[in-house]
Amino acid sequence: MTPNLLSIAPEILLAVGAMVALMFGAFREDESSVSITAGLSIALVIAAGVLVWLVPTDPEPIFGGSFLLDPFAKLMKTLIAVGSAVAILLSVDYMRYGQFTRFEYPVLIVLATAGMFVMVSATDLISLYMGLELQSLAAYVVAAIQRDSVRSTEAGMKYFVLGALASGLLLYGASLIYGFSGTVTYAGIADAVSGSGASVGLTFGLVFLLSGIAFKISAVPFHMWTPDVYEGAPTPVTAFFASAPKVAAMGMLIRVVIDAFPTITTDWQQVIVFISIASMGLGAFAAIGQRNIKRLMAYSSIANMGFALVGLAAGSEAGVRGVIIYMAIYLAMTLGTFAFILAMRRGDTMVETIDDLAGLSRTNGPAAFFLAILFFSLAGIPPLAGFFAKFYVFLAAIEAELYALAVIGVLTSVVGAFYYLRVVKIMYFDEPVAPFERMGGELKAVLGVAGLLVLLYFVYPAPLVEAAGAAAKSLF
Amino acid sequence: MIVATVFFYLFSAVMIASAVMVIASRNPVHSVLFLILAFFNAAGLFILMGAEFLALILVVVYVGAVAVLFLFVVMMLDVDFVQLREGFLNYLPVGALIGFILVVELLLVLGGWVISPDAVANIAVPIPADPSVSNIQAIGEVLYTRYVFFFQMAGLILLVAMIGAIVLTLRHKPNVKRQSIVDQVGRTPEMSVEVRKVESGKGI
Repeated sequence: MTPNLLSIAPEILLAVGAMVALMFGAFREDESSVSITAGLSIALVIAAGVLVWLVPTDPEPIFGGSFLLDPFAKLMKTLIAVGSAVAILLSVDYMRYGQFTRFEYPVLIVLATAGMFVMVSATDLISLYMGLELQSLAAYVVAAIQRDSVRSTEAGMKYFVLGALASGLLLYGASLIYGFSGTVTYAGIADAVSGSGASVGLTFGLVFLLSGIAFKISAVPFHMWTPDVYEGAPTPVTAFFASAPKVAAMGMLIRVVIDAFPTITTDWQQVIVFISIASMGLGAFAAIGQRNIKRLMAYSSIANMGFALVGLAAGSEAGVRGVIIYMAIYLAMTLGTFAFILAMRRGDTMVETIDDLAGLSRTNGPAAFFLAILFFSLAGIPPLAGFFAKFYVFLAAIEAELYALAVIGVLTSVVGAFYYLRVVKIMYFDEPVAPFERMGGELKAVLGVAGLLVLLYFVYPAPLVEAAGAAAKSLF
Repeated sequence: MIVATVFFYLFSAVMIASAVMVIASRNPVHSVLFLILAFFNAAGLFILMGAEFLALILVVVYVGAVAVLFLFVVMMLDVDFVQLREGFLNYLPVGALIGFILVVELLLVLGGWVISPDAVANIAVPIPADPSVSNIQAIGEVLYTRYVFFFQMAGLILLVAMIGAIVLTLRHKPNVKRQSIVDQVGRTPEMSVEVRKVESGKGI
């Protein structure tokens, strides 16, 4: 019995490529090694993202039911590859200012990407955990990669300790599920719960499993690390944390609840509904008082995860399609916003408060315009992409008769609109302060592309909607 | 059979005695050495039970890595163990109480095991599945076939851990003199010896 290795070719490419890049960086000692490993890593991640579409889909999970490459995994892996590649690209400018001269950073991102690829393809609890740990461990290291900065090491330490706790919760849940169903594969667990429903022990395990995953997507009540880590970690690292890992953890969550617990939807639905409402509420209200734009984005990502979970709470094919579309649009909005945050630099220091944006429309008109587009989109104002993202998930929730959830979602998104619009107001109507340094070319490109995608999504939404529909269909 | 029994009591007695010595000995280095002795005897007990894989792992991991690490820590850190021991009698009642509760719990658990022979019947699969192969062979047969994916993933995770440790702690200090074997081997007499003509009666 030889497993079909073609399906994990993207993961193999990433792992082997990361080792080659690591050797290159370690043995080439001059300054250029950093930019060369960064370029190599971007190429690797993009190649893996393309390779995903070149290999055939599996009809059955391989490796004894542990790994499945289906249209859902393909789409999620593409999003992850985009997120990781852009995150490495965004760090190039930071490196240029000499604040970030470690060739290990892009290599660790590539290894984390391999972990995220495994996360969305995992069809048993062991590969779920393995993928998650590979991603998390690399993330802990990159959070603390500026080891001489107190804030960065504090962020790394906090993330590591709380992440280890979350992994413990997840493992405890997984072991309970294994104990009460007798198997770790999703298909086996689905069989075990289909007959008599879930036993108390299995439900208990499910709650712990969901808690562990909720930590990874920074959903309330497991969100406490997010603002501190986002603020403390170097900004390119924060951009990475806010993008690809969120998509991967969301993909993993969708697959585990839909594939492993299809017959006990009501059991996990209430948990998802609760963390969704709590995340939306906290994300909306706690962000109001924030003056630091990285903290603001942290609360924004908490709220966004809450909105995405609205679609999952529906538990239907339309809901899952909504979540996938939401995550794709969230990715574009977040990466665009962080491309701008990385350009907030006066002299040699990065500035991070919202008041530093005052009068940006007069000092840098185009950047202010694109940032305003992204913030309008995050606030969910039509016809921008962010509106459609929310529209799909709320629609799915209403179809699933979760009226209260949809109403709370709409209300919190109105509250959220307040702080997004306040940033726009500060940019356009306040007196200008000193201008920022010139934006790096790749930052401009990322901001521009993200802004245009968000702005023009409504013209031609079919490709994303169809791809998400096909991906969601493959799960049911 | 009698040999096995004799060895069981031998290993157990030595293990308990060395475990007592771990906490009783005054010299921390001796404590660690007694700990290693305890590990070896526990490994012997595992072999008597037919769990030779666990026995090897115990020796390789605990003696080979963990105990040596303890030894390094004890020798490199200047911990005043005499000071740590002060107030030992104050803590004795609480410690004794916790120890007593632990013993009672262990007895209850083990008592339940003995009283209910059905528990053995609940084991799903005999390990190893085929009694004619050893534990190590049984693990090896699935580790590199059925579980090769997990095995490789675990390897990658350990690689990340290693990269992380190096990234976060390794510092290249520029002023430290290091040995460079290439430079040493590459030296020629011309580079290192200089012959000068010295006139007699004068220095250089």
